[in-house]
Amino acid sequence: MGDTETGVPAPGTTPGSSGDEEPIPFMQQVLDNPFLLLFLGVAIPTVFYIIWGVMEVIAIPMTN
Amino acid sequence: MAIFPPVQRVWWNEPIERTEILWITISLVWAIILFFMMPYWHLAGEQNLSNEAYKIRPEVFAERTEAMAEKYTVREEGDTGIPVVRPPAGSDIYMLGRLWEWWPILELEKDQTYRLHLSSMDYQHGFSLLPENINLQVHPDYEMVVTIKPNRAGEYSVVCNEYCGIGHHTMVGKIYVVDK
Amino acid sequence: MANDANFRTCPDTGFKIHLPADRLIKWNAVTGVVFLLIGGIFGIAVALTRWPTVHLLPADMFYLVLTAHGFNALLVWIIFFEMAILYFASSVLLGCRLATPKWAWAAYALMLIGAVVTNIAVLRGDSSVMFTSYVPMKAAPDFYLGIIVFAVGALIGCFVFFGTLVIAKREKTYEGSLPLVTFGAVTAAIIAVFTIGSGAVILIPTLLWSVDLVAHIDTLMYKIVWWALGHGSQQINVAAQIALWYALAAILFGAKPLSEKVSRTAFLLYILFLQLASAHHLLVDPGLSSEYKIFNTSYALYLAVLASMIHGLTVPGAVEAAQRKKGYNNGLFEWLRRAPWGNPSFSGFALSLVLFGFLGGISGVMMGTEQLNIITHNTMYVPGHFHGTVVVGTTLTFMAFAYWVVPVLWQRELVFPGLAKWQPYLFGIGMGLASVFMMGAGTLGIPRRHWDINFADAVMSYDFPGAAYLMMGLNGLAALIGGVGGAIFILNMVGTILWGKKKVKAAAAEEKAPEQPAAVSSYGNAGTLAVPGTFTLAMVFLVAFVLYYFVNWKYLAGVWPLS
Repeated sequence: MGDTETGVPAPGTTPGSSGDEEPIPFMQQVLDNPFLLLFLGVAIPTVFYIIWGVMEVIAIPMTN
Repeated sequence: MAIFPPVQRVWWNEPIERTEILWITISLVWAIILFFMMPYWHLAGEQNLSNEAYKIRPEVFAERTEAMAEKYTVREEGDTGIPVVRPPAGSDIYMLGRLWEWWPILELEKDQTYRLHLSSMDYQHGFSLLPENINLQVHPDYEMVVTIKPNRAGEYSVVCNEYCGIGHHTMVGKIYVVDK
Repeated sequence: MANDANFRTCPDTGFKIHLPADRLIKWNAVTGVVFLLIGGIFGIAVALTRWPTVHLLPADMFYLVLTAHGFNALLVWIIFFEMAILYFASSVLLGCRLATPKWAWAAYALMLIGAVVTNIAVLRGDSSVMFTSYVPMKAAPDFYLGIIVFAVGALIGCFVFFGTLVIAKREKTYEGSLPLVTFGAVTAAIIAVFTIGSGAVILIPTLLWSVDLVAHIDTLMYKIVWWALGHGSQQINVAAQIALWYALAAILFGAKPLSEKVSRTAFLLYILFLQLASAHHLLVDPGLSSEYKIFNTSYALYLAVLASMIHGLTVPGAVEAAQRKKGYNNGLFEWLRRAPWGNPSFSGFALSLVLFGFLGGISGVMMGTEQLNIITHNTMYVPGHFHGTVVVGTTLTFMAFAYWVVPVLWQRELVFPGLAKWQPYLFGIGMGLASVFMMGAGTLGIPRRHWDINFADAVMSYDFPGAAYLMMGLNGLAALIGGVGGAIFILNMVGTILWGKKKVKAAAAEEKAPEQPAAVSSYGNAGTLAVPGTFTLAMVFLVAFVLYYFVNWKYLAGVWPLS
């Protein structure tokens, strides 16, 4: 049962052995790149959480 | 297994089993409901915080609070010497937090709205209105404005629930809500 | 690559273990456990003080001990153990030498020095500012300095982890993609870089302010950046603990993930969005817009909650599929009934999964909702929530993993296997109940970080309902039960390392060798059995989640109108 891999284009392959017939899909390449992920994982909260938040604090008006 | 590299070189194209698809769909729908509850409550709910806030120096906030107290004090609370202030319905009312008291005591009319201004004279404090369990963070140098509408008469306590030093647990204030 | 005298082959698992990595994993894990002991003792003192009829400590000691409890249990214990996990998931799982062991030792030394410096500052009594150290309350300079040094050490450890990934790829110690567990560790390390970096960014000016070199620290900005550390560091836990869940499912059952794609995408959602949830701490603060609050507190459309719900299905689902393959195929739950409930690695793992979801997860989403936060902020509900995540989630998972990894790495048998059998139940149920009672007290308005809810020394007071007192008493009792469980764990670990019987090579088959078993090793759902039992449990969870969530909206609708 574990060997039936219907719907998978290159069945029964072991890593590396199937070679270059099938290109690695884009999303798999993204997930296989820890440094790209590191960049995203630092940039997104820095922009949306920290920078946005600090901008809002700066924009709080003085009382009249 | 999860402790070894995937056996297939390309795993991204593998089909996903029905149970998983179903659960992901249900979870996504629930996530969207969770998200839209917040904007929905801004439109349909009665408990939302305004974003109205100002930078303010503590002395200025204290002056305004004292001015209100001077004008509208109706009595003192027992033998504590703390004024009970009854500002007119619909007005701007002030409560300041400092080591270790909420000042002054306010007396409000039921079902009237007030613009409540909160700020701290020193450290951060936590405005915890009990037994309602309404909790707001009070900062020094910032003034927060919330419109409140007390809807039940009674005696309410304001407990500090942000740690503010050794006397933190003695920091209690009061708000009276009275029928007209 | 690995025919190096610097490697040994683990007789239990067949892993090639780099000896410097071996030592670093051991030292980081053991140091973590020592700080768990310290943090745990402080925690018991806190619980007993907040038990109204016991009221153990005087006020100044209570605030001091509470500061120490938070720092040691929330930061030091878990980050030390997480360093061990990072080195394990990179060096051991990839069969690769650890990058720059010297830097890893420097990281260890800095973390240890930092932890000791801050602890001394706290215990001296002039830095009882709580773990959060909100300005303008000022601690002694060495309080901040210690945390900064600790953070720098932990950052170096993260980069040793990333460096090891680079070496493993270059030296081709593995082929294809990283193992899922290592990918989970990558997620944890990414979150760690952001969160620990933020901590350094805000605490350095705070340190300068404490020695009067900086005039003013804005209280709101401090809170924003500090919570990237305070909350983010707990998100490292989530990622690390889920990586360990996948590892334990593989080790104990030979389970493969239902789908690599789904599980990795769920981790990706964590990497992108989980850290936004630091905004949970700013929902009732002045001046931040509702747009900012809603976007951040919801992790951008609750995509990180979606990820957690996915892991909540795929982890037990993988176990169910593996068990069904072994023939436990009757009815919905035979696979679960026939699981090794007497093995602390399994029972700890199973309990942590359930308790984390039901207690920590649901409560976190509820009080992270912009408006619902009004009725929970800074009440006992908050510690109730995070004892449901960090204690019965992360700490219990780490314990479960330790029951497997300590005998394997040290090649010794557990000293008290009988006690170990009961330990996860004692700790999990004790601390789970503590979490529930704290949340109950919080809904009745009991403030957190508060020495005296009787207000004996106060000019005015408030009478909390009797039920609130009862909850705080039961919390103390439950924490004691959990404390006994924690003590048994530490005793077992320390005892095993010091006096455990050396494993005999032949008899070492106690732990299942996690070889790639042919029957369950291939990937792809076409080969996976359906998991109806797990799906049923997931639906039970969802129903509880929905009901609890809307009940709290009903509570909110009853309080004074605010606008």
